[in-house]
Amino acid sequence: MGALLSREIRVALRAGSGALMGVLFFLAVVTVFPFAIGPDLNQLGRIGPAILWIGALLASLLGLDRLFAMEREDGALDALVMQPHPLMAVILVKCLAHWLVSGLPLILATPLFGIMLNVSPLGIAAVMATLAAGTPAITFIGAAAAAVASALPRGGLLIAVLTLPLVIPVLIFGITATNGALYDPDPFTAPFLILLALTLFAGVLGPLAASLMLRHSAE
Amino acid sequence: MKGPMSSAPNTQSIPQASASWWTRLANPTRFMALAGRLIPWLAALTLIAGAIGLYLGFSAPEDYQQGATVQIMFIHVPSAWLAMMCYSVMSISALGTLVWRHPLADVSLRAAAPIGAAFTLLALITGSLWGKPMWGTWWVWDARLTSVLILFLIYLGLMALSRAIEDPVQAAKPLAIVTLVGFVNIPIIKFSVDWWNTLHQPASVSRFGRPTLDAVFLYPLLTMAIAFTLLFFTLHLMNMRNEILARRIRVMKLKQAGN
Amino acid sequence: MRFEADSISVNRGLRRVVQDVSFSLGEGDALTVTGANGAGKSTLLRALCGLLPLAAGTLRLAGVGEGEDDPLIFREHLHYLGPQNAMKAALSVRENLAFWRDFSGSSGGMAIKAALNAVELPHVADLPYSYLSTGMKRRVAICRLLVSKKPVWIVDEPTSGLDSHSSELFSGLCRAHCADGGIVIAATHLPLGLGKAQTLEMKTLFTFFEGDEFFDGENA
Repeated sequence: MGALLSREIRVALRAGSGALMGVLFFLAVVTVFPFAIGPDLNQLGRIGPAILWIGALLASLLGLDRLFAMEREDGALDALVMQPHPLMAVILVKCLAHWLVSGLPLILATPLFGIMLNVSPLGIAAVMATLAAGTPAITFIGAAAAAVASALPRGGLLIAVLTLPLVIPVLIFGITATNGALYDPDPFTAPFLILLALTLFAGVLGPLAASLMLRHSAE
Repeated sequence: MKGPMSSAPNTQSIPQASASWWTRLANPTRFMALAGRLIPWLAALTLIAGAIGLYLGFSAPEDYQQGATVQIMFIHVPSAWLAMMCYSVMSISALGTLVWRHPLADVSLRAAAPIGAAFTLLALITGSLWGKPMWGTWWVWDARLTSVLILFLIYLGLMALSRAIEDPVQAAKPLAIVTLVGFVNIPIIKFSVDWWNTLHQPASVSRFGRPTLDAVFLYPLLTMAIAFTLLFFTLHLMNMRNEILARRIRVMKLKQAGN
Repeated sequence: MRFEADSISVNRGLRRVVQDVSFSLGEGDALTVTGANGAGKSTLLRALCGLLPLAAGTLRLAGVGEGEDDPLIFREHLHYLGPQNAMKAALSVRENLAFWRDFSGSSGGMAIKAALNAVELPHVADLPYSYLSTGMKRRVAICRLLVSKKPVWIVDEPTSGLDSHSSELFSGLCRAHCADGGIVIAATHLPLGLGKAQTLEMKTLFTFFEGDEFFDGENA
């Protein structure tokens, strides 16, 4: 399994630098928002956490289409499922690697983009914490959609269409917890714990559905 | 080498072990015949229940708060109920595909999706029409409407998926898996949207208590709910027959191409 | 160890592609699957690897212990070399082979250097895989079968893209694998020169789930 993790990370970092692409897209989303709502820093500061969350959510969906489609194209999927490892574990490791190279950079870029949007330091910390807790869930649910779409010629768009409605709870609790940290009467702990629960649940459901899909890889 | 490839066509038959009605129904020809007999009866019952429901609905007194618009409820609430029931039917069908490998389960799932999407859309449109006089706007991000909107998105996603895979047999498994993933997520989505809505509840939105529904409204509502349920099963059976016929046509064309 | 198929059938979508195939292979046996394009050679091989579900019949890899009746379990003892090479373009040849060796968790395979020597590519170990020519890529893919040891090789057109010398090289590797007590199943339209190999000739079928009126209006 360690071999798989290191291979995944090396492929991702070497080939198309997918990690940087996600951050770049994140930056682009953050940049267009002020043009739509105006440069008023107070307003931006107020809705900044939401902009950061939406940018990160959309950026998390990028690259998911390659998660299994590439393995299918170069024939590696067949050999991957034929090894003496539980398929769910293989998928979990692939998700973990994908998150490390595409989810984690988004979180690390958040402080910079947060400053551009006039989000307070506390707000930036809250967004980073909730993104760290929530974006894995997007990867897990997205992995199930990616497994389904990997057999299709143009599956990329389908992944977004299938995944977005299902990750609305992640967005809701991510934003709620962030606001809870920022504004006093609202709670932080409760929505944050629910967010963690959602991620754990998605960590089971997503790989399970993906492994069902890929068990006979060629169907 | 025991035996080389024996390629005599039309010799293999798929084993039909037990003769229970459930297995017998797996034979599509029997299903086609049964559904063909059932559909006229179901359609007639739908019409009768619908007529009674509409009559009761229109003869119901106007609500002291909402006036005549309360009658939208007799379409809106059954539609919303059907939107959820249809998804349950699809999820059971998905289990039928994945667990019991019932050959009709996949047909049932595919046939139900557009019907469910239609009822969901109907619920959204009637909700919007109802919202205009009640809330003074066509759309509010009310917890119920928002949940139904997400359900509608899931329906459309499933339909997009089923259209993206040309071969219905190969589409069966992905469709079943995504349906089930959606099914487990729907309660979570509902819970999240309720949470989100209570946090952001604008004071101006007036809501009336649905639980304290008067009997003059309850009976037409229940009759309409029965009529809609019957309508669903009628349409579902009809669409399943269409789906089977479409597959037969596909096979005929494939055979033509092969020979 | 014996690899046995008992009248297996495989469907692809609505079509029956493989019908009633049986064979029984013992240690050191080889089987070549021949037939025209579209006769179902690849489908049969994928089904043997548990990559496609069986529509009927049973597969058995006797002698591997638990799960010997379930292709989804016993397939970990099979090597499958499909039409694609299962190598990542971004990684070097050594990294690719090391990954498959480590991930398959099997010991007793050749060292990467020795495997590359066996296919006469000793100098490419540290080159990116994408720099290689088609024939060299195929030979590297063959190395995957050597670096992790598994008793059964299932190879689909293994020599496509190879010149006659390299094909001869591969035949030699197959003979060595058989001599070592292994089993080789190869789909090919060129003779592999496997000596006493059994052959299985496949014919194209035009049947659509026969017996199930579902897909056959005339029987209804």
